[in-house]
Amino acid sequence: MPKIRLDGLVKRYGAVEVLHNIDLTMEENEFTVLVGPSGCGKSTTLRMLAGLDIVSEGEIYMDDRPISRLEPKDRDLAMVFQDYALYPHMNVARNMSFALRLQKRPKEEIDLKVREVAKILGLTEYLNRKPGELSGGQRQRVAMGRALTRDAGTFLFDEPLSNLDAKLRGQMRAELALMRQRVQKNMVYVTHDQVEAMTLADRIVVMHGGYIQQQGTPEELFKRPVNKFVAGFLGSPPMNFMDVTLEETGEKFFARGDGFRIALPGRLADRARRVGQSELTMGIRPSDLNFDAAAPDSEAMDLRVSISEYIGAQSVLICKCGEATVTVEVKSETPIALGETLRFAVRPEGIQLFDKKTEDAL
Amino acid sequence: MSSQSFNRLTPYLFMAPAAIIMAIALFYPLLYMVFGSFRSWDPSQSLSETEFVGLANYIKLLGDEAFRESVSVTLTFAGTVVVAEMFIGVGLALMLDRNIRGMSLLRTLFILPMMIAPVVVGLVWRFMYHPTDGIFNRWLTQLGLPRVDWLGDHALMSVIIADIWQWTPFIFILSLAALQSLPRSALEAARIDGATGWQQIIHIKLPLMAPVLIVTCLLRLIDAFKVLEVILVMTEGGPGLSTEILALRISRTAQEFRELGEAAAMSNYLLLLLMVLTLGMFTFTRWQEARAQQLNKVKQEEG
Repeated sequence: MPKIRLDGLVKRYGAVEVLHNIDLTMEENEFTVLVGPSGCGKSTTLRMLAGLDIVSEGEIYMDDRPISRLEPKDRDLAMVFQDYALYPHMNVARNMSFALRLQKRPKEEIDLKVREVAKILGLTEYLNRKPGELSGGQRQRVAMGRALTRDAGTFLFDEPLSNLDAKLRGQMRAELALMRQRVQKNMVYVTHDQVEAMTLADRIVVMHGGYIQQQGTPEELFKRPVNKFVAGFLGSPPMNFMDVTLEETGEKFFARGDGFRIALPGRLADRARRVGQSELTMGIRPSDLNFDAAAPDSEAMDLRVSISEYIGAQSVLICKCGEATVTVEVKSETPIALGETLRFAVRPEGIQLFDKKTEDAL
Repeated sequence: MSSQSFNRLTPYLFMAPAAIIMAIALFYPLLYMVFGSFRSWDPSQSLSETEFVGLANYIKLLGDEAFRESVSVTLTFAGTVVVAEMFIGVGLALMLDRNIRGMSLLRTLFILPMMIAPVVVGLVWRFMYHPTDGIFNRWLTQLGLPRVDWLGDHALMSVIIADIWQWTPFIFILSLAALQSLPRSALEAARIDGATGWQQIIHIKLPLMAPVLIVTCLLRLIDAFKVLEVILVMTEGGPGLSTEILALRISRTAQEFRELGEAAAMSNYLLLLLMVLTLGMFTFTRWQEARAQQLNKVKQEEG
């Protein structure tokens, strides 16, 4: 299964450049997820990889073979579309076997392959139905089946789950993860849903405004975001951001904000000293704040709870800290009363600092 | 009358003028024609003075060489033009369904022939087909080729060409609209599945366009059976009976041969033919709707 390399990829529509100089390498058999808000260029990147959109500049390599001028059919890929893109006039079996029939493979081989894939996806009893007679989840499965029957080297997914309802989406996500274990192929997956990205990906590529913001394993991106956008995009509920002023007291650095003054851990203090700016943005994930009435002043924030959202085992508290709004994730059994001001300890490893102007992480 | 029942009647009240005009303009002449077709009827007589002859007019027509020739010309004409127009119209639509600069202008140009009055079309083509001064024969002479007797030996072919020129745009615009409403992603999926341009047309585009194409084809067929003006202006049915389509035969029977009853019977034969076609179209659309409903039901059940 080929290694895919995007080299300086640019996409322009007329005079408007929507993708700027995308460099990206996807290793063999890697599950790569392109994630970002709508309009960030993730779908365009995928469509250029598929050959459905023309590359304005740059090159795509598959195992060092340039493919950006090849027809989609010559790129050895299969694709699953957001709206499934099934052929409405063909039944499920014919939808799944279309590519093989075009290749004029022997009929027995096609039948065997279709039945095998249908069995994996639980579609055996629907083989004679037309797409119009199937539910959304079944259609999604047929679309997946069509890609699997193809037996291509690379699988492309363009927001395949976003037309499904929440419950079905969770179920299909799990099935995708299972399929992923069984089928060792390159997979490139586009989504705007960071949960899908985090759960499925070997490598996440976060895009924004036509640029790659950061790429790496889900854990890397979650723990060490390179800028405020990535930090705020990944993780649910999203990271809290607060304006802080750096203060140096003796050997120690403190981040002073509206109603708190927190000591910075050594590594951050070093970096803050090097930057030499005093006005910064501090980021703390809701899970890095722990209810602890006994925490010392320099490691805690006092928050007034205004809303408590009960989710089950966890509750999300929306609190006020001066003028800023801060979300906190706590165990549901934590004794909380609305309107109360409580003390939350800040996990020092969880603190992130960002340049106010460039929004880059320190 | 209570205000409630008056309210219920309101829609009918509003529809009444249209319904009355419809009844007078459509059903009165129709019934008049059906009634007349059973009678021996000279234009100098009023209908009440005519003699009832039963099915004599219909039976006479079945044995009439000229009428049979006219039916055969009509069928040949309608069949040929519709087949040719479907091929060219759909073909053009498939070729022009893309974003090229100036395409909207090109599309407008293609539609122009349809907007010209049939009498004008007939005149223009008659001049172009003129044996010595017509543009076709002038070209042929310049190329050193023998002249063609367009409206003589090849009259039927010539009127067929003129009709194709005028009505292909109709099929073209409807096919183009059908093409542009096809699901884009299904076509993209076909490209990824490895379909060449031709395979996309045969396996995806044409089957998905089929409902529109069938209705378009029937509409054109119905129209082709009723054609009159262009042929009247170009050949007046001649030479001999070679281009005498039914509509022309009917008007000649009524005016030259003064056989109103026979002309009415002929019209009824044509009407019957058109009814069969219309019913065919009606059944097809009903079948389509029923199928769509069934699909919706299945979808809702599985929700």
